[in-house]
Amino acid sequence: MWKAIKRLTSFKNFYRFSGKLLPWFGAITLVLFLTGLYWGLVIAPIDYLQKDSYRILYIHVPAAWMSLFVYIVMAASGAIHLVWKTKLSEVIANSCAPIGATFTFLALVTGAIWGQPTWGTWWVWDARLTSELVLLFLYIGYMALHSAIEDRASAARAAAILAIVGLVNIPIIHFSVNWWFTLHQVASISVGKGSSLHPSMYWPLMVMTAAFKFYFATVLMMTARNEILERDQNSNWVREEEKNL
Amino acid sequence: MTNTSLKAFNAMVRRDFTLALRNKSEWANPLFFFILACSLFPLGIGPEPNTLEKIAPGIIWVTALLAAMLSLDGIFRSDFEDGSLEQQILGPHPFTILVYAKILVHWLITGIPLMLLSPLLGVILHLPADGIILLMISLLLGTPVLSLIGSIGVALTVGVKRGGMLLSLLVLPLYIPVLIFGAGAVDVGLGGLDTSGHFLLMAAILVLAITLAPLATAAALKVSV
Repeated sequence: MWKAIKRLTSFKNFYRFSGKLLPWFGAITLVLFLTGLYWGLVIAPIDYLQKDSYRILYIHVPAAWMSLFVYIVMAASGAIHLVWKTKLSEVIANSCAPIGATFTFLALVTGAIWGQPTWGTWWVWDARLTSELVLLFLYIGYMALHSAIEDRASAARAAAILAIVGLVNIPIIHFSVNWWFTLHQVASISVGKGSSLHPSMYWPLMVMTAAFKFYFATVLMMTARNEILERDQNSNWVREEEKNL
Repeated sequence: MTNTSLKAFNAMVRRDFTLALRNKSEWANPLFFFILACSLFPLGIGPEPNTLEKIAPGIIWVTALLAAMLSLDGIFRSDFEDGSLEQQILGPHPFTILVYAKILVHWLITGIPLMLLSPLLGVILHLPADGIILLMISLLLGTPVLSLIGSIGVALTVGVKRGGMLLSLLVLPLYIPVLIFGAGAVDVGLGGLDTSGHFLLMAAILVLAITLAPLATAAALKVSV
């Protein structure tokens, strides 16, 4: 069993397997994005209060969800790497960081753009915005730590520990910021858009969420394949792949 | 904890505490930084007592947090450089217990003095007497968390050359909950509301940090050394 896992997750097998999956994932991502965007931006009805500006939700909300999801994937593969010392999980964790940071950044930027017409300001110290900002700092810290340590093996382990510490902290940060928000009474701003979404707006959102998930999987595979090639550049199987190109 | 481990803990506390006391700059500089940074704010913002009173808890908390962070490097630096940290990892006693001792010493030489100095700064910034007491309680509960969480960051960066800026990148986001509740407790108390919620939450964070942080620190040190 253990040997089978080792064999399946070897760089060579992952590279070949993901090479077969990649075109499919890319195609699904493209189709989902086109469907979701058309559905959300054109077909879905106009919001009676926010008019067309609410449509940024179809980018903003999936990006915000993904920012957390990617962090969990990153911390989990970091933990797997710490415990079982599997090489592939190390590569996955490293590849997650820039992607997750990008999603977080996207969520913050789209949030600011959305805030301008609806709240009348680019930025408020609202609970969700603040925890999203802290999440961006956590990603940046992870990448900074990883690039600061020269030895690749210890960089990966140190970064994995940081990711796990961050994961324990995320709920605490979120919770404390929530508390702080309610105590400071920043009134007149309601972020409550949640589950009351009408089905005609809800389904395109789900399609966009799926599109983001597939986009993440596609980009993750591409980044991981890149790093694998770089690490194994002197091995025989990479030379074979080169010949096949 | 077995008896020998307890002995090792005590010995480590005594050794580190003596070392820290003899190295005056290690415990004195953060305190001077604390006073200096706090007194910059009235110069920048203006001397109006009402404004200062309103922002005093936040200023004192943020500068205490920065002072604690800037002093973190001392926890493991000298032991790392002369190789004794490696011996402590290899030694027979559970390394986590030795890490506990080091964090405790860091708190004793920075956290406690910061807390004891805070009334002085409270007076400078026109904080009322009730607020000063609340500030001291919140610092008493919060500074150990700063040492505990900070020790993880410093353990991760101890092998990095010029890791000071990196350390702040890693540690400051994790300090946010303590800052929110610490400064918030004083604000709420001055507003005439019940502060027990804030203090209980800070105590809960402290308990969680005591339980988990040294384990992460020990694991991080084993990677870095």
